[in-house]
Amino acid sequence: MIRFERRLTTSLRLRLAVPVGSLLVAFLIITIVLMVSHVSPWSTYRSMVSASITSGAGLSETFVVATPIILTGLCAAMAFRMGIYNIGGEGQLYMGAMAASGVALELRGSPGFVIIIAMTVAAALAGAVWSLIPGVLRAFFSTNEILVSLMLNYVAGYFISYLIFDSRSYWRDLTSAAGQIYPIGKAIPANSWWPAPQIGGAGIPLGLMLALVLTIASAILLRRTTLGLKIRITAGSVTAARYAGLKVRRLIIVVMILSGALAGIAGAAQVGSASHALDPAGLEQVQYGYAGIVAAALGTFDPVLVFVSGLLLGAITAAGSVLVGPSFPNGLVGTIEWIVLFSVISGAFLVNYRLRWRRRRRSGETPDAESDATGVGAQLEQTLVERPGFPPSAQVARGG
Amino acid sequence: MSDPPVQPAQSSDVTSEDSLVLRAVGITKSFPGVLANDRVDFELRKGEIHALLGENGSGKTTFSKTLAGLYAPDAGTIYIDGHATALPSPRHAYAAGIFLIQQNFSLVERLTVVENIILGLKEASLSRRKHTVLVARIEEESHRYGLEVDPDAYVWQLSMGERQRVEIIKALYRNARILILDEPTTVLTPQECEQLFAGLKRLASEGTSIIFISHKLPEIFAVCDRVTILRAGRSVATADTNEAGMNPHHLAEMMIGREVALSTREAPRTEEGQEALFLDNVTCQNEFGRTVVENVTFSVRKGEIFGLTGVSGNGQRELAEAIAGLRRRSAGTVLVDGRRLADGDPKDAIRSGLAYVPEDRLGTGLVPELSITDNLVLKTAWSRPYSRFGFIDRKAIKELTAKLISDFDVAGQPQTPVGQLSGGNAQKVLLARELTSRPKVLMAGTPTRGLDVAATEGVRRLLIEATESDIGVLLISEDLDEVLELCDRIGVMYKGRVVGVVERDRATANSLGLMMTGIAT
Repeated sequence: MIRFERRLTTSLRLRLAVPVGSLLVAFLIITIVLMVSHVSPWSTYRSMVSASITSGAGLSETFVVATPIILTGLCAAMAFRMGIYNIGGEGQLYMGAMAASGVALELRGSPGFVIIIAMTVAAALAGAVWSLIPGVLRAFFSTNEILVSLMLNYVAGYFISYLIFDSRSYWRDLTSAAGQIYPIGKAIPANSWWPAPQIGGAGIPLGLMLALVLTIASAILLRRTTLGLKIRITAGSVTAARYAGLKVRRLIIVVMILSGALAGIAGAAQVGSASHALDPAGLEQVQYGYAGIVAAALGTFDPVLVFVSGLLLGAITAAGSVLVGPSFPNGLVGTIEWIVLFSVISGAFLVNYRLRWRRRRRSGETPDAESDATGVGAQLEQTLVERPGFPPSAQVARGG
Repeated sequence: MSDPPVQPAQSSDVTSEDSLVLRAVGITKSFPGVLANDRVDFELRKGEIHALLGENGSGKTTFSKTLAGLYAPDAGTIYIDGHATALPSPRHAYAAGIFLIQQNFSLVERLTVVENIILGLKEASLSRRKHTVLVARIEEESHRYGLEVDPDAYVWQLSMGERQRVEIIKALYRNARILILDEPTTVLTPQECEQLFAGLKRLASEGTSIIFISHKLPEIFAVCDRVTILRAGRSVATADTNEAGMNPHHLAEMMIGREVALSTREAPRTEEGQEALFLDNVTCQNEFGRTVVENVTFSVRKGEIFGLTGVSGNGQRELAEAIAGLRRRSAGTVLVDGRRLADGDPKDAIRSGLAYVPEDRLGTGLVPELSITDNLVLKTAWSRPYSRFGFIDRKAIKELTAKLISDFDVAGQPQTPVGQLSGGNAQKVLLARELTSRPKVLMAGTPTRGLDVAATEGVRRLLIEATESDIGVLLISEDLDEVLELCDRIGVMYKGRVVGVVERDRATANSLGLMMTGIAT
C-alpha cells in the first residue's frame, strides 16, 4: 500500500532536483508518444526549444505569452492566499481587454505613453469591477465565489463577442477592407502598441516588466504589510480574524479588487503587446485566465514563484504553437504540453510529500479492511498525527 | 460486514498468573520526533479497575490506542489471557474483547442509540421484531449498570454523559471483557460522574476489567483498585490505591516527578470594589435562532476572580462570545470599566480593554499556521509601534516577541507555528498577548482544559497575578475544583440563565453541582 506523508523539512537540493527530474521524465514520456506517432522526437525538440528559448524571436514570443499568464497567476495567488477562490481571472481579463482597447481607441492622437498608462488604469478598474461582483456577493451574502466568478467568465466572454460579432459597437472595425469581410476589432493606434525593447536579440515586452514590478509589489504586500498579515490571519482562521477585530467582509472585498485588477492588467497587456485590438475569439482560444490558475498553483501561490512558473507555461505554450502543421496534429501539441505540466505538478507534490511503501503485515490479514466507524476515524487520526500540518491551509473564508 | 470474524493470532507462551487478562511488556511507540511510549509495562487483572495516570503527553492515549489495535507498537508484546497476541487492527482488538472509549465519542449523531449500537455488526438491518428484542436487551443492560439511556433517542439529542453510556453499552453488546475509558469524566457533571463510577464498579464486580485513564487524582481514589503511573512515556510505578501511605499528594509527586502545589487564592476578596465588567440582561441566540443566553445579569469587580461554571453547553460559550462582540446580542448591555460595548463589534471590545482567552484556543484565540511572532501581534499589529503606514515594523515586533517569550517562559522559537506548540505553551502565548494589552477585564474560557499540571499551575498563577493589577477576571470553567480554589464569587449557568451567584466560602462542589443540573438555585 502506498501512502503519502508530508515531509517535515524540504532540502534546497530536493527543491532544485525535483523540477529538473520532472522535466526529464516528461521528455522521456513525450519521446515515446512521438515515436509511436511516427514523428521524429529530435527535430520536434529542436523546433520546440528554438521556438521558445534559444531564438530571439522565440524568446520574445515566450515573454509575450507569459505576461498575461503571470498576471492572472498573481490574480489567483492573491485571492487563493486568503482562501477566496477567485477563478474569474479569465472574465476579468476580458473586461480588462475591453476597457484597454476602448480607451486606446478613444484617446487616438494622444501621446503613446499617455494612452498606455490610461489603458493600464482602465483595464485594472474594469477587472476590479468585474471581480467585485463575486466579492460583494461573497462578503455580504456568503455566496460561493467559485461558481459566481466562473459563471461571470462566460458572461464576459459572450459580452465581448457581442461587441465584435453581433453588434456595430464602438470596438468593431466596420471600415477597413478586412473588417468588411469578417467581423474584427478596430485596431488601436500604432503609438499605443506596448513597446518591447530589444535586449540581446529578444524583446522584453513592457507588460512583462510591469508584471515583474507587480510580482515584487505583491510579494512585499503579502510579506511586509499589515494587509498581508490580515490576509494570512484570515486564511488561517476566519474565526480568529473576527476575534482579532478584523473586518473580514471589507478584507474580502479589498482582496477581490486587487485580484481582479491584476487580471484586468493582463487583458491590457494582451491588447497592447499581442492583438492590438479587441479580439474575443483569440482571447477565448488561449484561455490565459485558466492558465494563470495553473501557474499560481504550480508556484504555490507565492508571487515570485508564480512569476517563474508563468514563464515556464509561456515557454511551453510558445513551443507548442510552432509545431502545428500538416504533419503534426494539434492534439499532439496539447498532449505534449500537458505531459510537461503533469510531470512538473506531480514533481511539485513530491517536494512536499514523500512516498512511503507500506507492506501488508501478514498474508491473509487485511489491516485496511476497517468497516467500523471507530477504526476509520482513528486511522485517519493516526495519519494526521504522522503528517503534521496536513491538510495545507485551504480553509474557505466565510464572510463576516 | 461480510468477512468472517478475525481471530487474534495466538502463540503458546503462557504466563504463570492466570488471573491476568492482559499484560503488556515493553511497549514502545514513536512518532516522528516523539517517543510516545518507551518500554511501557502494564498488567490488568480480571475484574479490576486499573487507573492509568499521567500528565498530558505522558503517553496514556498512545498506549491505550496500542491496546485497541489503532497503533502498531514499534516493540513490545501484548499478552491476552497469557497468550502473546498481535493486535494489528481494531477488529483484532474487538475479537479479543478489548474496547476503547475515546474522549471524542465515535457515535453517529444522526442515528438512534439502537442503530449506533448495532452499527457495523451483521444484524445491522433491523426488522421490527429484532428491534423490540434489542431494545429490551439494551434497557435491561443499561438498567442493571445504572447507565440509563433511551434506546430510540437520536444521539444528537443526548447529553455528553448519555452518549458515554451509549458507548459503554455498545462495548458490552460486543461482549467486551476489557474496557478502556480515556478521561471519561471530562464531560460529566459531578452527579453523572457518581453514576458512571457506580456503573463501572458493578461491571468490574461481574468480571469486566476496566482501564481508567485520567489525570485527576480524586477520581482514581474514588473508583480504582490499582494505578499505573506513566511519566514521559515510561511506566514508572504500579500501586494499590488502598495501600498504606497512598494519597493524592504522593501520586501527584510520582506523576510529575517533583512536588507541585497548585496556586489557590487563600483568602477570597469580599470587599466591594468598582465594577470592571457589568452585564445587564444579556440575551442572545445560537446559530439556529434558539435563545441560549437569557437575561444574564452580573458584574465582575476590579481585582476579583469571578467564576462562571455550569455543564458545558448551557450557554457559557455563547455568553462569552456575546461579551466579546463575536455574537450579536438580542437584548442587554455590556459595560467594561463603565464604557458601553457596541454590539457585535469585537474591535470595540478590544479597544475598551476586554482581553479574551477563548475556549477554542487554536482557531479562535490563535492562528495555528502562523508563527508565535504573528500571533503575539494578532490584535495590535495595525498601529504604532508595530506598523507604520501599513508596513510592518519587524524590528519592533521581534523585540516584543523576544521579551514575551522569555517573560512568559514559552518553549518555542519566534518562528515556530503555534499549532506545533504544546497546549500549555500555546496558552502561554495567548495569555502573554492578552495580558500585555493592559486590559481592564480578562475573560478566560476553560483556560486550563487539557493542560498538564505544570502548565495549569502557570495559567492559574497568571490569573491570580492579573487581579493584583486590578484586572477583573471572569473565569469560565467546568472544573469545579478550579473554580472553588481560584474564584472569589461563583455564578452558575443552567439553560442559558445564571441560576445563582454565591460567595466562594459558602459554596461546595456538591451545592454547585446541584445548581448546575437545575435542581437547586
